[in-house]
Amino acid sequence: MTATLTVAPEHVARRPLPSPGGVVGQCLRQIRFEITNYVRHGDTLVFTFGFPIIMLAIFTSAFASQGTIPNPDGLGAGLSVGAYFLPGMVAAGVLLSGVQNLAIDIAHEKSDGRLRRWGGTPMSPFVYFVGKIGQVVVTATVQTVLLLLVARFALGIALPSTAAKWLTFGWVWVVGLAASTLLGIALSSVPRSGKSASAVVLPITLVLQFISGVYLQFYGLPTWMQNLASAFPLKWLAQGMRAAFLPDGFQQLEVGQSWNLGQVAIALGIWLVVGLVLSRLTFRWIRRNA
Amino acid sequence: MTHDVAVQITGLHKHYGSLHAVDGLDLTIQRGETFALLGPNGAGKSTTIEILEGFRHRTSGAVSVLGVDPDHADLSWKPRLGIVAQSTAESDTATVRELLTLVRGLYPDPRDVDEVIASVGLQKKASTRSSRLSGGQRRRLDVALGVIGRPELLFLDEPTTGFDPEARREFWELVRSLQDGGTTIILTTHYLDEAAELADRVGIITGGRLVDVGAVDAIGGRDARRPIVRWRDAAGERRTVVTDTPAAVVAELSTHANGEPRDLEVIRPSLEDIYLAMIGAESKDAA
Repeated sequence: MTATLTVAPEHVARRPLPSPGGVVGQCLRQIRFEITNYVRHGDTLVFTFGFPIIMLAIFTSAFASQGTIPNPDGLGAGLSVGAYFLPGMVAAGVLLSGVQNLAIDIAHEKSDGRLRRWGGTPMSPFVYFVGKIGQVVVTATVQTVLLLLVARFALGIALPSTAAKWLTFGWVWVVGLAASTLLGIALSSVPRSGKSASAVVLPITLVLQFISGVYLQFYGLPTWMQNLASAFPLKWLAQGMRAAFLPDGFQQLEVGQSWNLGQVAIALGIWLVVGLVLSRLTFRWIRRNA
Repeated sequence: MTHDVAVQITGLHKHYGSLHAVDGLDLTIQRGETFALLGPNGAGKSTTIEILEGFRHRTSGAVSVLGVDPDHADLSWKPRLGIVAQSTAESDTATVRELLTLVRGLYPDPRDVDEVIASVGLQKKASTRSSRLSGGQRRRLDVALGVIGRPELLFLDEPTTGFDPEARREFWELVRSLQDGGTTIILTTHYLDEAAELADRVGIITGGRLVDVGAVDAIGGRDARRPIVRWRDAAGERRTVVTDTPAAVVAELSTHANGEPRDLEVIRPSLEDIYLAMIGAESKDAA
């Protein structure tokens, strides 16, 4: 330690130079930093990124002998069990990438002092959140694409063939991911410590997946469970994805015998606003009165 | 407010319900000065520092940090500060160089990454992930992150906790180079020798108030620094005399005793002795 670190002589009237690349440069570097961080976390890669792909592969193999689920309209072709559950897995991936990933990630960051360290730098909360959102968008995109590629080419599941179906997939994915991201940020303030973060967050996302039609056929669940699930976003996300991926004949199995995309949009929209308000109200660089 | 003043605190209060964490604190720190804030845990050190850093809002009083009220500071104020918090971030997956490069990009006039890595002695660890550094190395990384933005004012909150003696001495060298460069430093520490080594002035805080502020060799006043002569008398009893003339006391002892007085010591109270006496007296007052 020999180098002398000098303060610039003009420190009283410092030249107000913007940082390299300005805010856009900061955001891009922050996104890259967050994605690198995501990739280096082995547990996230398995339980958030890989989970829907692993589950789809298990479902397809485990139920391969059960043949097809007949199309309820009695005319169209039936679906393999794997094909029926693909939209649920896509929805679960969106939920996990947003809610589970961010809630655990930010809770850890808060409890081990990294968040406070950011707060001590000139980083604006805007840049911080752009980094997180960028990480979620990139990892969720790669996850969904991989899931669809595995479904199509490894498991032989047919993907939507019309532009209208892909359009439905597109907006449900975008709105669902936006809501999940904001809810993940809001949920990150619940765990009291980094150690408890997984214990608080994983049961919530796991229970939601079971009652929302990701692993169990939603039409087979008792009414009270269907009603409970309707209070949370994953049920609507999964329903929207079924509308995109399943033949229209299958909407007879839905509540009200319809995909009900209007309600899907409203429910996800409400959760998006709730997430925005909660994350705005609860976020702090440091714990209050700690 | 002149350009010579880095920090000005007047009548600062911070209340958490009925708890008065900071209870009427006044302090002025000059530019270029290194000021050490000493005090037991829970005395209000961290709360005061966090108010200066802009992390917490005060209940009442006036605070100016580099001419800006931290409660109403915008983002152009933050680049002028360097903050090394008490807690060390442990689970970064990023390497030393990646972290410094990212944080460097947030400042308008930052230092060079390699220069800073060299100054904290982490050249061989530049490509190591932060989570794989030792505790002392990670602390050096914290300091590197604190100085990369070329701050005018640097907060060091218990920077050497957990260091081995050699690492502490190397850290002191780093702080001296920052002092030579003109950086104003606010240091909190539990190591009184560290405060004596680095600080121009120290302030002792207890019960949310400053009980004394002064140069390291003047703190506590004259009475607290009077030498102590200790020995064992013929009956084996421990004897203690506090005196301004220790040589005379020793001379007299040696005349009266037949030969050497047993276990003779002349002690000048260290900063630590003075500090312990002050916070001890304060907690008795409070009881």
